Amino acid sequence: MEEKVIAKIKFGILSPDEIRKMSVATIVSPETYDEDGTPLRGSVMDPRLGAIEPGQVCPVCGNTMAMCPGHFGHIELALPVINVLFVRHIYDLLRATCANCSRVKLPPEEVDKYRNYLRRLQKRYPKLAKRFAEYLKKRAIKTSICPYCGLKQPKIKLEKPTTFYEVGEEKREMIRLSPIDIRRRFENIPDEDLELVGFDPRDSRPEWMIMTVLPVPPTTIRPSILVETGIRSEDDLTHKLVDIIRVNERLREHIAAGAPQIIIEDLWELLQYHVTTYLDNEVPGIPPAKHRSGRPLKTLAQRLKGKEGRFRGNLSGKRVDFSARTVISPDPYLSINEVGVPLDIAKILTVPERVTPWNIDELRKYVLNGPFKWPGANYVIKPDGRRIDLRYVRDRKTIAETLAPGWIVERHLKDGDIVLFNRQPSLHRMSMMGHIVRVLPGKTFRLHLSVCPPYNADFDGDEMNLHVPQTEEARAEARELTLVQNHILTPRYGGMIIGAIQDYISGAYILTSKATLLTREDVIDLLAAAKYVGPIPEPAILSPREFWTGKQVISMFLPDDFNYHGRANISAGHLKCDDIECFWDSYVVVRKGKLLLGVLDKKSIGAEQCENLLHWLTKEYGVEYAKEFMDHLFRMFIRVLEKRGFTMRLDDVAIPEEAKREIENILKEAFEKVRELVQQYVEGKLELLPARTPEETLEIKILEVLAEARDRAGEAAAKYLDPFNYAFVMARTGARGNILNLTQMAAALGQMTVRGERIWRGYMGRPLPHFEKDDLGPLARGFVVNSFYSGLSPTEMFFHAAGGREGLVDTAVRTSQSGYMQRRLINALQDLYVEYDGTVRNADGSIVQFVYGEDGVDPMRATHQKAVNVERIVERVAGWKL
Amino acid sequence: MNAVEIEKIVRDKLSGRVPSKTVEEAIDTLKRYADRLTKEEIERIAELIIEEYVSNTVDPGEPVGTVAAQSIGEPSTQMTLRTFHYAGVRELNVTLGLPRLIELVDAKKTPSTPLMYVYLQEPYNRDENKAKEIARLIELTKVENVAKRVDVDVFANAVIIELDPEMLEDKGLTVDDVKRALDRLKSRKARVRISEDNPYEIVVEFAEGIDPSKIERLRDRILRIKIKGVRGVNKVIIQKRENEYVLVCEGSNIAEVMRIPGVDYRRVRTNSVKEVEEVLGIEAARTLLIEEIMDVLEEQGLDVDIRHVMLVADMMTRSGTVKQIGRHGIAGEKDSPLARAAFEVTVKNLVDAAVRGEIDNLWGVTESVIVGNYIPVGTSKVKLVYNPYVK
Repeated sequence: MEEKVIAKIKFGILSPDEIRKMSVATIVSPETYDEDGTPLRGSVMDPRLGAIEPGQVCPVCGNTMAMCPGHFGHIELALPVINVLFVRHIYDLLRATCANCSRVKLPPEEVDKYRNYLRRLQKRYPKLAKRFAEYLKKRAIKTSICPYCGLKQPKIKLEKPTTFYEVGEEKREMIRLSPIDIRRRFENIPDEDLELVGFDPRDSRPEWMIMTVLPVPPTTIRPSILVETGIRSEDDLTHKLVDIIRVNERLREHIAAGAPQIIIEDLWELLQYHVTTYLDNEVPGIPPAKHRSGRPLKTLAQRLKGKEGRFRGNLSGKRVDFSARTVISPDPYLSINEVGVPLDIAKILTVPERVTPWNIDELRKYVLNGPFKWPGANYVIKPDGRRIDLRYVRDRKTIAETLAPGWIVERHLKDGDIVLFNRQPSLHRMSMMGHIVRVLPGKTFRLHLSVCPPYNADFDGDEMNLHVPQTEEARAEARELTLVQNHILTPRYGGMIIGAIQDYISGAYILTSKATLLTREDVIDLLAAAKYVGPIPEPAILSPREFWTGKQVISMFLPDDFNYHGRANISAGHLKCDDIECFWDSYVVVRKGKLLLGVLDKKSIGAEQCENLLHWLTKEYGVEYAKEFMDHLFRMFIRVLEKRGFTMRLDDVAIPEEAKREIENILKEAFEKVRELVQQYVEGKLELLPARTPEETLEIKILEVLAEARDRAGEAAAKYLDPFNYAFVMARTGARGNILNLTQMAAALGQMTVRGERIWRGYMGRPLPHFEKDDLGPLARGFVVNSFYSGLSPTEMFFHAAGGREGLVDTAVRTSQSGYMQRRLINALQDLYVEYDGTVRNADGSIVQFVYGEDGVDPMRATHQKAVNVERIVERVAGWKL
Repeated sequence: MNAVEIEKIVRDKLSGRVPSKTVEEAIDTLKRYADRLTKEEIERIAELIIEEYVSNTVDPGEPVGTVAAQSIGEPSTQMTLRTFHYAGVRELNVTLGLPRLIELVDAKKTPSTPLMYVYLQEPYNRDENKAKEIARLIELTKVENVAKRVDVDVFANAVIIELDPEMLEDKGLTVDDVKRALDRLKSRKARVRISEDNPYEIVVEFAEGIDPSKIERLRDRILRIKIKGVRGVNKVIIQKRENEYVLVCEGSNIAEVMRIPGVDYRRVRTNSVKEVEEVLGIEAARTLLIEEIMDVLEEQGLDVDIRHVMLVADMMTRSGTVKQIGRHGIAGEKDSPLARAAFEVTVKNLVDAAVRGEIDNLWGVTESVIVGNYIPVGTSKVKLVYNPYVK
């Protein structure tokens, strides 16, 4: 079949003629079914409107339900009605044209000039043409005497939603303009005039905004639902159409019978109401049409609008086949670009594979296995396009034998297939990456822990989606572009987003720390975990026993020409080092592929870091290398922890008596300072900060004193902690938690705040009745002296909860706000792309930037915003001797 | 190797082939290592720089817009909503974080906390007292700022204003200044005089009787009379930065402030993008937009490449005026009716398109998705087909 591509779409208004031409049936009957339930001809369920029941053949196109697109019918309205969606335009046009001669009220001598100008603009600057037409319209509206016939224009008044009046000049009497009157006026407007006010006279004559014929959409658009009891439940649109027909027929009869004007006008009004609500049921000024249950009907406009509407819900985003969703769980034995797929899912998701002489034997095996045994196949497609469902085939053997090149087998997902893996919210492109399938037992998707940061995933019940690309092109793109290793670097800041996290960091630290010495058995065990094959270097210590250092083991995985130096994460506080002379081993030095000094921790191999060891390895040796490096080394780091044991226990945050006393003293001191501040405040002697009231000054100062006290308490506690205490190791290396967390566990929680203030709301002059009124002291305003270890008092626990609640509310509010902002940003920028000449262009090819980012550098490849990192290149070339 | 030689080699090799910024950086860096590098090494480094730059450039077809939007949108979910933070040393509250970011991309007329940094010329920036002189000129002072008490005497048909001598001194005003300001109030035949029994009391006598129901309004009107200063600037704080004094102003009005003698008009800075657009032009607005967005992100500790921010700013300013990201700006002015309908206000956009007989060329991403075409970016932008018969 010839492939057709839609080139462009023109919008316009349907003319009555067009409506009649595309219609297959005139709809006149308000009854839809006869006694035995067959749809009536001439009703809204007319069979000519399309085949809707299985097996039914469409009388118009001869197709069955699956193929019949449905056909329009039409209703001849007894009297014309206004299309509400166009009231604004009708109103403007009524005012812009003369009530008598229907010309657009612009000076005749200038009109030609404007028209030419408008046409020229239209070609070159369509947006300006739009504005110019808008301006001409405004001008025509303002003109009060027709420049053609000289008639003084009556004022036009719009009574929402659809009634127009002409206001007489003196007596202010209101003459109602019926749709017939308006239509007549519009019919007389010449095409040339319409052009001036922005109408396209060819495809949208203004009189078509007043409807004389109403199209009836095909039944496929408004399917009726059969409830179990056998009762038919019709679609909202069908209900509305029935209403319209009923009123329309009554109106027609009354007109034919020559009924009084009032009756006809009432019915006309009613018809207008029904047509209005049929088009849009949320028009201000009239009550929405309701279902019997009181639920407002969902009519045409409502179907298009909003997030779940046609546009955003069905056209911009679509539901897809070949996808799966389940809970995720971790598996450190996978490669970073693999995903573990449960067997049950692998048996449902399929990949179409064309039979060739080279794969025919394998595919035969799959067909033989059938849909219920993995690895099998679910469907076979013959060259003529017929599809065989293997579930219902009794004799799969014959099919397997008849299999020939050119057939397509939809085989089960198997190891090595590529899939797209996604976790919502999909905030950046790393939220959907290509993974290689590993079919595994179990019911969950398994993934490597290092891909948690890009997905922002954890395993507290998160679910993820998986999609199987179905065409060769899609699979090729997925493999070339979307695979996990291509996203190790993030375009957000040109750093790593995939790297070591949590236990990997702890393990790396423990392994590379000076205190770790490994026996031959240890080394072999670790290298086995990393799947290393090759010689073992000479041990660092030969006597009395052979010992290797962790740094030696790491060096085995580094390329021989690799140089690096940089600070480690533990290089802080009293362990700080700025150059190679480092007693604390907190400065990492790699020369000629040997890790000489320093421990590996978050700064060197961690995720979400820039310009570190792993980053340079990735950039200089390629993403494939980085993938292998992480796969192997990270497994080794885990092995280190498994051998040694690594856990956080309550004792890790226990501090000795003397430390407690010290902390107590620090807090006491701070409390005393606060008391003095309050004293000064009460006496009015407080030295004010510029542009602050005494109250504000006091609060700021108290907060400062208390924050400092908390920090000092934390330092005091840290002093007494064993440096190899597990919690402390995690905080120092950046594996998990920070010093503040430790402080809160070991020393004191510190000040709880709500909206950045100490907690004061609640009772008059005090947050809780446990305190004295107007007590400004720390305890009465939410300072928590206890630690998580010592346990909180009831009031402290309340304050802590208040602070915690604020955080929760904050998150809830923020997500919706930032989500909307991102949607708008994407919408505004999505059409931009880099052209071959290096410019950034918009959808229409207009230039936005002459050189992308002023230097044409890809932010993903730039090293932390720099086009070229000269320092690093020097190190690469001569780092071994600097 | 000596420094001159290095510079020559590097310039010969690099200039014209990599951005000049990189050339300078390379020269500076290499000079530092001059004594330890051989000629061969320097040549090798220069080659690697070129290689690195070439491999770091963007690929044609790259959807840089989407990447930019994601790179700014994604970290914004991690921002704290805590609106206020202290700018500088806790003197002023400034909107920061997500609300500020939204404000910027919304192209709001005035920021919710307008702020101005006014640098001063010599000698005003060296001496705190001299700086204070200018601060007094800038700070908007109203009657309410210096009044201790304002009473309306209904029987005497007069308003009695008692001034606070301390405040007067602080603002550098005299009673006469206030009187003059009140004189300027050309309202219904009022006579302003300084009270005989109290030198700090000003009496405003009205010829007509005061309508008792309007006392409050009259009081407010008098309180709000401007004595001096720049409109919009409510508070001025003098801050010492490095070795000069800088005025930090709450409220923004650079057009007026730049005119005040003693102000270093080249370094006046505001956070109001619209104002900069009006006073200094669109390029300045673009620069400010970039700086402000980067500041918000940096303050929150979020790392975002400046190229993304530049692209957003360029989109917002490329038409010559600052346009919002959203329905009333860029997204609402797209050529494609389908793209507009898919964003917001669906029905109105479709109806308007019908009336105008608009044509959708299906050039954008959204439209292409809707009709089922390939999207015009990335790999589907490439229209290269291999023809096996062409030799």
